[in-house]
Amino acid sequence: MRLLRIWPDNTKIHFMGLRHFSFPLSAIMSIATIVLFFTVGLNFGVDFKGGTLIEIQAHSGVADMAKLRTTTTNFGFGEVEVQGFGNSGGVSIKFKSQPGGEEAQKVVVQTARAALEADYDFRRVESVGPRVSGELVQSGTIGIIVAVVAVLMYLWFRFERELALGAIVGTLHDIVLTVGFFMITRIEFNMTSIAAILTIVGYSLNETVVVFDRTRELMRKYKAIPTVELLDISINHTMSRTVMTAITTSLSLLALVLFGGEAIHGFAMVMLAGVIICTYSAICISTPSLIYIGLKLSGQKDKAVAGA
Amino acid sequence: MLRFSKWKLFSTIAVILVGLLLAFPSTMDEKGREAFMNSLPGWVPHWLVPQRAIVLGLDLQGGSHVLLEIDSNDLIRGRSGMVAQLRDDVRNIIRSERVALEGGIQTLPRGVQIRLAQSADQERVLKKIRETIPQDIGGAFSGGPKNIDVTVTPEGAIQLNYTDEGINDRIRRVVGQAIEVVRKRIDFGGTTEPNIQRQGNDRILVQVPGLQDPQKLMEVLGKTAKLEFRFVARQGDTDIDMLPSDDYGGQPMPVERRIIVSGEDLIDSQVGFDQQTNEPNVTFKFNARGAQRFGQATTEGVGRNLAIVLDNRVISAPTVNTPITGGNGVITGRYTTETANELALLLRSGALPAKLTIVEERTVGPGLGQDSIEAGKKATLVAAVFVVIFMFATYGIFGLFANIALIVHVGLILGLMSVLEATMTLPGIAGIVLTIGTAVDSNVLIYERIREEYHEGRTIVNSIEAGFHRAFATIIDSNSTMAIAALILFFLGSGPVRGFAVVFILGILTTVITAVTLTRMMIAAWYSWVRPKSIPF
Repeated sequence: MRLLRIWPDNTKIHFMGLRHFSFPLSAIMSIATIVLFFTVGLNFGVDFKGGTLIEIQAHSGVADMAKLRTTTTNFGFGEVEVQGFGNSGGVSIKFKSQPGGEEAQKVVVQTARAALEADYDFRRVESVGPRVSGELVQSGTIGIIVAVVAVLMYLWFRFERELALGAIVGTLHDIVLTVGFFMITRIEFNMTSIAAILTIVGYSLNETVVVFDRTRELMRKYKAIPTVELLDISINHTMSRTVMTAITTSLSLLALVLFGGEAIHGFAMVMLAGVIICTYSAICISTPSLIYIGLKLSGQKDKAVAGA
Repeated sequence: MLRFSKWKLFSTIAVILVGLLLAFPSTMDEKGREAFMNSLPGWVPHWLVPQRAIVLGLDLQGGSHVLLEIDSNDLIRGRSGMVAQLRDDVRNIIRSERVALEGGIQTLPRGVQIRLAQSADQERVLKKIRETIPQDIGGAFSGGPKNIDVTVTPEGAIQLNYTDEGINDRIRRVVGQAIEVVRKRIDFGGTTEPNIQRQGNDRILVQVPGLQDPQKLMEVLGKTAKLEFRFVARQGDTDIDMLPSDDYGGQPMPVERRIIVSGEDLIDSQVGFDQQTNEPNVTFKFNARGAQRFGQATTEGVGRNLAIVLDNRVISAPTVNTPITGGNGVITGRYTTETANELALLLRSGALPAKLTIVEERTVGPGLGQDSIEAGKKATLVAAVFVVIFMFATYGIFGLFANIALIVHVGLILGLMSVLEATMTLPGIAGIVLTIGTAVDSNVLIYERIREEYHEGRTIVNSIEAGFHRAFATIIDSNSTMAIAALILFFLGSGPVRGFAVVFILGILTTVITAVTLTRMMIAAWYSWVRPKSIPF
């Protein structure tokens, strides 16, 4: 039986050469993300912005969008976002957080139900008051910071300082680009998105750690080898595994994107993008960053210790 | 060598079998489980067969999630709030000590202030206040902090202020009471197995699965249902409210503004029957403080009418015939057993001690939940098929081993979730799909290492040994980083997101059993069976 071989054996590709393209590319994308973040911003969901999200489905199977727009605008709750989705009359309606504190949000749901329940099935209602949304922003931010710090500490204990630094560069890069993906696609940013980002943090490190484990092993084996060459060997050796895992994970996520349903679609899309970003950054960002961080020092230190 | 101790072999297989057995009920729905239990032969003891399926989150089974918050401003400064109660207590002391005030009782943000007309009374009143009003937090004689600070201002006024501990303690107790009230009210609504729990200091989380009409829940919870006992005003009283009444043809009734006892002090209310007429009535019972206040008021007010006020409506205004000092009372009226029952329930549960505000609502309709389950199942299946085919195509027989391990892996996650009574949510399903992709990562790491070792010229057995051994450190490293992210997610997230974290953490744990130990056993068995000449990939 002939088996599938995605990545050929014994490759000797000069991956570190890619950094001359990947570094400027990532720099541009990161800066673009930061600029977008402060100009366009994320498409925050009700979790973080407060307000009310209602998802309805027309009993008839066809939603009258124009009529829905006028009806909901006439409620007098300010600007309303009305969007169709799916192909059986699904509509999502987003109301802004109403002035007047927690109690004021309840009225929105009541009004919408009274006006639309006759023709539409209420599939989902999410109403978050200003206080809770504020707290969710706080805990989401804390979560990401704690995750980065915890992972940093793990790397600190488990790896040499230079390797840990390289991994952190890669992880931050992946977080930034994922946020960029959120902004370009306008996928809603909510509590589940925080879950996606934290998972991507985990995956990003997973990818980097596999390469760096090999780097460390090789450092012990060949003491006098130039850093660039050492890193090239590390990547070439782990490449078939990197490709395999990227493919199995992407395939699973693709199944989720295609068949997982509307409610999980955004999450699946972001995760899929995240896996691609992480695979790219492990090869083209975090590993070559070691050239600049200066892996040589560590090798020489090792030698010095060995000589002493 | 590829050898296992018998102990390790047995324990691994046992763990896997038990795990899969526990996951089994989750593959069927309620009816399927029942049919299965009935189809069992009689000699199989039923306790041996696991029947507990994984709990589905509200986003999958449909239902309402509502976060309520105690309105602490109302609790402290409301009409029958803490400050108002303190004022009543102080007024009672002023009356019983028969001292004159300069300018009445003044209300402060968190307490009251009085200024005595005669400074000669100061010591006596202060002593009386100190003896009767402040209470230890955490029970009498506990010696803990007091709930109220009694101080004398430089100008000679007496101030009583609730301490931070006093207010927090009260909020804590009120939340406890409110949880009971909410529980009774939802049972009153007749919905199934609501989950009600305290969240933080001043919040209550209410989750009602399968609730079709959240509006009903809102209505039941939205009722303030404040119960108060107040005197019906006499001619010439000025401090009065005109309240609509259920008796006397709905005519508004003048009622004293002073509250004798509020629902907070009511411990119980039941339906009773009059011994002479056998007509249904409603009995009620106060706690010690309520009994004392009620006793005092009814002693002073024999012959007066007592208004029982629920939600600012007079539901009954019986005449006080004799002082009621024991803390027990009876409301009579033209009640049927049913209406008496309703009133008793309202009184029992109606004593919501403070206003509750809805700060978060999430409702998923049953249609969306069902669709999500279907979509989740489909995605899981498709992902599994993709990965299984891909692994087999790449690694042949070794891929098959990895695939068996993968299926066991998913089974173990489900089994563990049933045992831990963890909740499966939509992001949780996404987590399962994702672990299908990442679980084989460990196998890939091992297999690629085996290949490498083999190509470097080792024997088959040595390559397999070295592959497992060398890849193991990397597997631990890569899974640890994932575990850190997942753990933080678990502590941070709530509801659906937490479901994702649970799946992910369990997935990492079971990978070690399946991808490492189980695959290794299968490869060892294969090796001794086939005696291959080369690595088959």
